[in-house]
Amino acid sequence: MRVSFTVNGRPQEADDVWEGESLLYVLRERLGLPGSKNACEQGECGSCTVRLDGVPVCSCLVAAGQAQDRRVDTVEGLAGEGGELSPIQQAFVDAGAVQCGFCTPGLLVAADELLEHNPSPSDGDIREALSGNLCRCTGYEKILDAVRLAAARTGQAV
Amino acid sequence: MEFLRPASWQEALAAKAEHPSAVPIAGGTDVMVEINFDHRRPDHLLDLNRIGELEEWETGEDTVRLGASVPYSKIMAGLRRELPGLALASHTVASPQIRNRGGVGGNLGTASPAGDAHPALLAGGAAVEAESVRGSRLIPIDDFYTGVKRNALAPDELIRAVHLKKASGPQQFSKVGTRNAMVIAVCAFGIALHPDTRTVRTGIGSAAPTPVRARTAEEFLAAALDEAGLWESRKAVPPAVAKQFAVLVAAAANPIDDVRGTAAYRRHALGVMARRTLGWTWEQYRGHGSEQGSTSCA
Repeated sequence: MRVSFTVNGRPQEADDVWEGESLLYVLRERLGLPGSKNACEQGECGSCTVRLDGVPVCSCLVAAGQAQDRRVDTVEGLAGEGGELSPIQQAFVDAGAVQCGFCTPGLLVAADELLEHNPSPSDGDIREALSGNLCRCTGYEKILDAVRLAAARTGQAV
Repeated sequence: MEFLRPASWQEALAAKAEHPSAVPIAGGTDVMVEINFDHRRPDHLLDLNRIGELEEWETGEDTVRLGASVPYSKIMAGLRRELPGLALASHTVASPQIRNRGGVGGNLGTASPAGDAHPALLAGGAAVEAESVRGSRLIPIDDFYTGVKRNALAPDELIRAVHLKKASGPQQFSKVGTRNAMVIAVCAFGIALHPDTRTVRTGIGSAAPTPVRARTAEEFLAAALDEAGLWESRKAVPPAVAKQFAVLVAAAANPIDDVRGTAAYRRHALGVMARRTLGWTWEQYRGHGSEQGSTSCA
C-alpha cells in the first residue's frame, strides 16, 4: 500500500509498504531517515521515539498506515536548515551526554518535547519525561545535565 | 494482510462484521509488538485511529463514559478527580511514549492479567460498552474477563467505551515492579471506597489467570466498617481489621511462579499492598490524607 504523510515539514510518500510494517521501518528503510533507531521493537527502549502530530511515541509501535495524512517529526528535523544544532542537541554535546550514541536520537526527541511544554523542568519532570528511553552507557547523569543545561540556556535567551 | 481504515464508527462496525477475525489496532502498543516479533499475522488490521469519538470522554451527573482509545496520558491529566484509581493506574503504565498511545480499550481487548487498568476498573465497578452491527450492550466488568487473555467480546464486537461511576470516595492503586517505569506488574492492587453505598471494591492484577476481585475481603471490610460505625465516625480502622483484610486479599489471589516473581512473593506483596492502600484511602476518607498524588508508591 501507499502511505502519504508529512515528515519534518515535508510531504512524503512511501510505496509498496507492507500492511504490518511499522512507521519506524518506513522512516528508516523507505524514506532514508535512519536517525530513529531500531532496537527493541516492543516499546521498551524509546530509541525509535518520534513525534506523531506533536506527541512523542515509539515509532516501532505505530503501524505505517496509521501515519497516513499525519505529521511526523524525527530527530533529523531538530537541527536547522544549515545544519546548526538545536539547543538540546548542543547541550548533549557540551554536557558529554553521548557515549555510543544509539539512544541519543530518542532522548533528544523526548527531551525537546519536554522543554517545549515545560521550559524549566524539575529533576523529577526530566526523569519522568525520559523514563521511556533506555541508555546502557552513561548512567543517565550526563543526560540529565544536558537537559538542565538546555533549559538554563533557553531560559537565559528568553 | 489487509489494512482497513474506517473513517467512522459505523464503518468500523461494518468492517468487523464483514471480517470477524480482523484485529483492531488503536495505540498499537500490544498489537505491533506481536507483529514485529512475528507472533501474529492477522488477515486484517482494523485501524481505529481515524475515529475521533473513541478518544473523547463524556462526563454525566454521576458517570464517565470513557472512549476506548483515550490515551492514558489524557486520563492522568483530565480525569484524576472523577476516576482517581484509574488515573493512578494509568500513571504506572510503561512510559510517556506508551501512555500517549495506549488506552483502556486495548487493555480490555488484550485482557492480559497484567494489564494495569484492570484492578482500577474492577474496583471502580466499570461496565464495558461493546458494540456490533447487531447492537450495543454493557458488559459488567465482573463478567468481562473469561480466561488468560480472553474476554467476553463476540467476534463481531468492538469496544466503544468504558462506563465508570464518578468516585464517591477515595481510590488507590499500587503496583510492584523492579523499577518505576517500563514495568509489567509483578502484581498490582486497586481499592475503591464507595461511601455512598457503604461498600468497598477491589481489584487484583497479575496474580491469577484473569484480573479478579477479592470479594471475601471486600465483604469482610464493609461489614467491619459498618458494625463499628466507622463510615459515620470516621475513626481509624482497627489494625486487626486491616490485617484480616490483607490476609483475605492475599487469599483471593491464585498466582503462579514465573520470571517476574514467585507465587509466594505475589501473595505476600498483595497483602502488603492491601493493607497500605486501605490505610491511604481511609486516611483520605477521614480527611487526614493529602491530595492523592501521582507519586504514591507502595
